[in-house]
Amino acid sequence: MQNAAQKTQTPLTTFLLRLGDNALVLGQRHAQLCGKAPTLEEELALMNVGLDLFGQARNWLTYAAELEDEGHDADHLAFRRDAHDFRNLLLVEQPNGDFADIIGRQFLFDAWHVHLLEDLAQSSDPRIAEVAAKSLKEATYHLRRSSQWVMRLGDGTEESHARMQRAVNNLWQFTGEMLQADEIDQAMQEADIAPSPERLASRWKATVEEVFQQATLERPPYDAWMYTGGKVGHHTEHLGFLLAEMQYLPRAYPDATVW
Amino acid sequence: MTTEAFLMADWPLFEVFIRSKHGLNHKHVGSVHAADRSMAIENARELYTRRNEGVSIWVVPASDITASSPDEKEPLFDPSNDKVYRHASFYKLPKEVGHM
Amino acid sequence: MYAQLVETGSTQLKTLDEMGPEERHFQERINDEIKIEPKNWMPDAYRKTLIRQISQHAHSEIVGMLPEGNWLTRAPTLKRKLQLMAKIQDEAGHGLYLYSAMETLGADRDDEIDKLHDGRAKYSSIFNYPTLNWADMGTIGWLVDGAAIVNQVPLQRTSYGPYARAMIRVCKEESFHQRQGYQILLTMMQEGTDEQKAMVQDSINRFWWPALMMFGPSDDNSPNSAQSMAWKIKRHSNDELRQRFLDQTVPQLELLGCTAPDPDLKYNEETGHYEFGEIDWQEFFDVVKGNGPCNRERIESRRSAIDNGAWVREAAVAYAEKRQHQAA
Repeated sequence: MQNAAQKTQTPLTTFLLRLGDNALVLGQRHAQLCGKAPTLEEELALMNVGLDLFGQARNWLTYAAELEDEGHDADHLAFRRDAHDFRNLLLVEQPNGDFADIIGRQFLFDAWHVHLLEDLAQSSDPRIAEVAAKSLKEATYHLRRSSQWVMRLGDGTEESHARMQRAVNNLWQFTGEMLQADEIDQAMQEADIAPSPERLASRWKATVEEVFQQATLERPPYDAWMYTGGKVGHHTEHLGFLLAEMQYLPRAYPDATVW
Repeated sequence: MTTEAFLMADWPLFEVFIRSKHGLNHKHVGSVHAADRSMAIENARELYTRRNEGVSIWVVPASDITASSPDEKEPLFDPSNDKVYRHASFYKLPKEVGHM
Repeated sequence: MYAQLVETGSTQLKTLDEMGPEERHFQERINDEIKIEPKNWMPDAYRKTLIRQISQHAHSEIVGMLPEGNWLTRAPTLKRKLQLMAKIQDEAGHGLYLYSAMETLGADRDDEIDKLHDGRAKYSSIFNYPTLNWADMGTIGWLVDGAAIVNQVPLQRTSYGPYARAMIRVCKEESFHQRQGYQILLTMMQEGTDEQKAMVQDSINRFWWPALMMFGPSDDNSPNSAQSMAWKIKRHSNDELRQRFLDQTVPQLELLGCTAPDPDLKYNEETGHYEFGEIDWQEFFDVVKGNGPCNRERIESRRSAIDNGAWVREAAVAYAEKRQHQAA
């Protein structure tokens, strides 16, 4: 039995919301891409990534809802929270833009996500370890795909190189908060639930450097100014619109209990 | 506008062969367009194994495949037509044997 | 259907005696249900008609992603979002299977897609209707995919091998689409609020007639049917398939507790079939000619996706060439 103080927002549930919201919000960006891919082949690939991400979101949010123990389910967390209650990284909520923006966002996220899931698969929390192990297989494939596209665009034509470099330059400011620990991360580390972001930083940097080098891209400096806040619910302007669209039906028809 | 746009035809065609879980031979399933071999594998995975159909994928540039022509069908395949003993149905067994 | 009004270039059927030896051999194979394969001899008209039919079918799958994509971002639960995304992804896959079958006839995918984008090629009329509420995701699965399945099941036995094999794959994968759609409607009708039930009825009202139109004009108004049937690239008449669809659909409609927007719909005890009112063929021909509610928008969406992707496709080739040079 949980006591009242442990109910609702514990460091663990916040951490699960971060995992679930990252997958959910990035998945929703993929839903918006339907019918807009540069080739039909890529249409299938993007939707595969989207399906993986929505599946992961459902797993993490289901666990978060169970721990919160307020009679809610994953759908309630996905469709009834407002933007300030979302705990995703700012990176994943950035708009789709052109294909270089889409690939840049995916690669910078995947390079971090894979290393995070590798460690979470060893988590002291068996449920987290189980979901992470499954998600890791998917994320490994995502990283392989996004790395290859970064290389193709970076080392493709003059135009694609310029677009890829511009995308990386614009997105770079959102990478800081992935690698910076706050008290939630520390609590997770102390409980052996999750690795510290600093532990991930060197692996993330190694992956990014290797791919950028092959892609002939210039890496922006690590000490550049970073835009942070997603992990504590301070988002960019884009998230509100994304949620307004995604949550429209459950909010317009609050009496509907089934769909 | 294909006059300016870069064409799918510039992405070569690859024929796709999948080996299913049950350990059968690789089987031709169709084709994909891709800029290179690794993309061809990925595109084939996305298209032909969405329901866990395969455990192994081969992709072969369609231009590298040599096919027998229908005119050669008789010399190539007819000689085995009368070798019915190669087919299980040649061996009539009493009903009592059941399924074999 | 997904391929409506396919021109065959001939309204007069040749008898076997009127054919040259190659064509007679070809027609006899078809009569014997032996598949025609890419390298077999085939009349030029058969090849051209098939390219037209398979590409129309493929275009329909691809354009058909758009009305559903319109609600993918607003699917109301994670489960529905996953189901709808998987379904739309299948449609992209089915389009690719079909383009791949079409390419075995020597057709070029770019050329055929170009024809779609400049209005020379058709696709199913149904996808030019807008999706206006969430129940449309159910109705499309139930009525539109239902009608498609009625048409596609016989095409698994079509005379051209690669097309038949593509249809076998499509049919195998499509069985979940119709169930998924019907279940959306059934859930709202059985457990939903009054507002949700009203959504379902509104959706059926809008899609009922367009779904019946999917099978194409009446037999006496289908000049290409006879040749297509002789070639076995069409295996049943439009009216026959429409009737089959209606007979299986009306009991499902009643189970939902909904009605059709057709006062003449009734069961005929003697024939064992449902009878229905007059289809507005003027509307059908308008939509087919490009004057449906969403024709321009759908084509513009497809065109801009492909045009905006040109630099990506070019980059991938440039990269592949560079890597090949490095390896050499």
